Amino acid sequence: MAKIVVDPITRIEGHLRIEAEVTGGKIIDAWSSATMFRGIEKILKGRDPRDAWFWTQRFCGVCTTVHSIASIRAVENALKIKIPPNAELIRNIIIGTQNVQDHVIHFYHLHALDWVDITSGLKADPVKTAALAASISEWPNNSATYFKAVQDKVKAFVASGRLGPFANAYWGHPAYKLPPEANLMATAHYLEALEWQKDVIKIHAILGSKNPHPQTFLVGGMSIPIDPDSQNALNADKLIEIKRLLKKAQDFVEKVYIPDLLAVASFYKDWAAIGGGVGNYMCYGEFPDAAGNMWFPSGAILNKDLSKVLKVDQGKIAEYVDHSWFENSVGAGKGLHPYDGETEVRYTGPKPPYENLDTNGKYSFVKSPRYDEKAMEVGPLARVLVAYASGHKETKAVVDLVLGKLGVGAAALFSTLGRTAARGIDCLLNAQQTPKFLDELINNISKGDYRIHANEKWDPSSWPAEASGYGMHEAPRGALGHWIKIKDQKIFNYQAVVPSTWNASPRDAKGQRGPYEAALVGTPIADPNKPLEILRTIHSFDPCLACAVHVLDANGNEMIKVKVS
Amino acid sequence: MSEHKVDTVCDTGKQSCNAKQDSESRDHSIGEMLRQRGVSRRDFLKFCSAMTAAMALPASFAPRVAQALDEVKRPTLVWLEMQSCTGDTEALLRSANPTVAEIVLDILSVDYHETIMAAAGHQAEEALDKTIAAYKGKYICVIEGSIAMKDGGIYGSTGGKSHLDRARQVCGGALATIAVGTCASYGGIAAAVPNPTGAVGVQEAVPGVTVINLPGCPVNADNLTATIVHYLVFGKIPALDSHGRPLFAYGKRIHDNCERRPHFDAGQYVEIWGDEGHRKGFCLYKMGCKGPATFHNCPTQRYNEKTSWPVAAGHPCAGCSEPQFWDAMGPLYKRLPNVPGFGIEHTADKIGIGMAIGVGAAFAAHGVISALRKDKNPADKTKED
Repeated sequence: MAKIVVDPITRIEGHLRIEAEVTGGKIIDAWSSATMFRGIEKILKGRDPRDAWFWTQRFCGVCTTVHSIASIRAVENALKIKIPPNAELIRNIIIGTQNVQDHVIHFYHLHALDWVDITSGLKADPVKTAALAASISEWPNNSATYFKAVQDKVKAFVASGRLGPFANAYWGHPAYKLPPEANLMATAHYLEALEWQKDVIKIHAILGSKNPHPQTFLVGGMSIPIDPDSQNALNADKLIEIKRLLKKAQDFVEKVYIPDLLAVASFYKDWAAIGGGVGNYMCYGEFPDAAGNMWFPSGAILNKDLSKVLKVDQGKIAEYVDHSWFENSVGAGKGLHPYDGETEVRYTGPKPPYENLDTNGKYSFVKSPRYDEKAMEVGPLARVLVAYASGHKETKAVVDLVLGKLGVGAAALFSTLGRTAARGIDCLLNAQQTPKFLDELINNISKGDYRIHANEKWDPSSWPAEASGYGMHEAPRGALGHWIKIKDQKIFNYQAVVPSTWNASPRDAKGQRGPYEAALVGTPIADPNKPLEILRTIHSFDPCLACAVHVLDANGNEMIKVKVS
Repeated sequence: MSEHKVDTVCDTGKQSCNAKQDSESRDHSIGEMLRQRGVSRRDFLKFCSAMTAAMALPASFAPRVAQALDEVKRPTLVWLEMQSCTGDTEALLRSANPTVAEIVLDILSVDYHETIMAAAGHQAEEALDKTIAAYKGKYICVIEGSIAMKDGGIYGSTGGKSHLDRARQVCGGALATIAVGTCASYGGIAAAVPNPTGAVGVQEAVPGVTVINLPGCPVNADNLTATIVHYLVFGKIPALDSHGRPLFAYGKRIHDNCERRPHFDAGQYVEIWGDEGHRKGFCLYKMGCKGPATFHNCPTQRYNEKTSWPVAAGHPCAGCSEPQFWDAMGPLYKRLPNVPGFGIEHTADKIGIGMAIGVGAAFAAHGVISALRKDKNPADKTKED
């Protein structure tokens, strides 16, 4: 049987290829393949552990803060460094801002075109569009003049005959269901969000010097000094600018993103029964306070059972390479904990150019991490489900509101639509919580606490001969872990198991599909030549492939096992 | 630029596109198109001024930039990702003068860019094939990420084709290739020791094609737009240094334009993170700053609409625009050793202005000695390597 191949999957970070078998208008099987490899963990060996954040940050320029955070946490955990409260709060503001900005970009610029037909918006009546927009939000740009101007702009663009990045797409596909007015509204907000994101992310420039790749992280704290009486430090002027930008972020999420999400979702409720996936979810928790308690709870949910939230034990994580282009000296069918990894890249795929991969054998540069031998989905949906099932007050309120507005039950969350809705819910929670970290920071500073760094372990000569540790983080795309072993002041071993490794993983030794693959099974395909539906489900995970592909070099030394609570 | 035929790259699946694309609409200049789309003359001139500044031209050049943009047509650009982290694409999304929406809708025709394009799979590849055939020799190619050469290029493929083959094909037919970021320029992080995939920059992977390197991790989007505008305005690529970098953006040493330079000259250093010197913006040399060995316009162009840059935010420069900086410049927090043209490591510990005169001979043209003169010569733009 001929396979549908989608390569490249566009509107994601990185290089992803999907192969799928379609019978009777439905996908009956699917394979997820990452087609690019760099090997950064191997490059890290022997370098200064204090530099690791700067290197691992380059895993990804989209979720550009997340590997820095996980890395400094790992080194601090290994060296038993406790950072000052201000540094924790600055990190929390950076994390919250990353989540909010990244989710909005994902919704409008990476995912929306799977649901929104821009060309249909050309037929919309701007007056009716304004009425529709006003009925769902008090956003001040909801005028007919505004929508007319956007429509004219798009019309002039189309009339130029050069469609640029919008050429050759699936416009007019029968799976597009929005009326012209909703399409025009979403197109307007696509453009508006482009402007918004570059403004809001200036929070990272103020606290981190620039974005992408902010550069003020330090093992032991942050390098942005605090001094209300200096023009070269975080002072009242800069703090108030951050406050303004956080308000701008929150306003857009509350008045544009969430109303648009609900409006679009209401036309696609059939997608609440499609794209369920593996049904197991995991979250590491995020936003530590001074005592180390997490604002978002950690936990694992198995088989969609929301009545039980299991404690996460990172000792149960193992990576398999039976279908990945790596070799593993412990033999076929065996997984290795990240600490004990000994994987070597060994490409056995077809020589490019090729038509199909050998999906019975090895077919991806992504490994297959499993938790207690189970494939786990991570990401905003996992985060929201774990928090919801744990009775997290703020999460429960937003989830119930969204489910109520859409008129669906909690089971609807286990789907492509649920994944997309959960990202909006997560974004709103982050947008509302982050200003509180800023308030706490201002409160600390007003008490005279300017500390940003714990200096006592900065000098490597103060370190033990050997140390090991881990850093966990909830990135926009989900559960991220870095493991480090330090020997003689150098990196002896480094391993990252990242969100898209969990989600994009190929089959494991038992033949269990990874989350993308499992979610695609059962997806309807109206036209095999234009598999728009594949994009919907894959994009609902927000893939980030540069992050997902890693290698850990051989040495197999024993490390102390630690537990994540 | 001459008139292009566009019908082949038009979306054939869509009625609105089949509609009248009178040949006139294809020939509009950028200035004309901007006016059509409601961009005011004032905003257009503002953009021209910003570009003039980014190209390090005197303000009096702004009208010439405006005139040239008024005359030029919307050029075609294709953007390929190789061994990348997409950070340079994200930088493009943050650009303000012009914004990414203006770049995509008004200034260029971005016919292929995996991260933003609507089409996927074979429809996306078809768009690329059509574009590079229809605009052979006329399109600009942007490459992000290094190219894996080892084992026949198997460590990077898209659409079933190796990145190396894609680069040969697409860069080979381009008017010019712009390598954005340090990876595309010189191999970057993937090329760091032991370079597991044989990663190299574009010029090394595809010798013989015209490449402009815009290193930086990530590229400063202002330098990318300024490079394109430079070409549109002057009809030729900008003057490059020996590492293939435009002089307008990489012609000066960070240390020589650094806002903290007076503290270096005065011997005032940050000693510990968060100390008084750190809070007051003292020099970061002792904390590992690579500014004295790095050529880039960060101190003047800054990032995110000129909000900040690493040194301004209290962290040392990492030297990210220099070839092989990952190995050559590290570790991050180690003081620069005997960099040619710079004093020796212990200098900073002993510095006092008097001491610096003794050790600073090689550094004299730009360094301590010129700083001692009150009348520092601003016209001295000579670059020393």
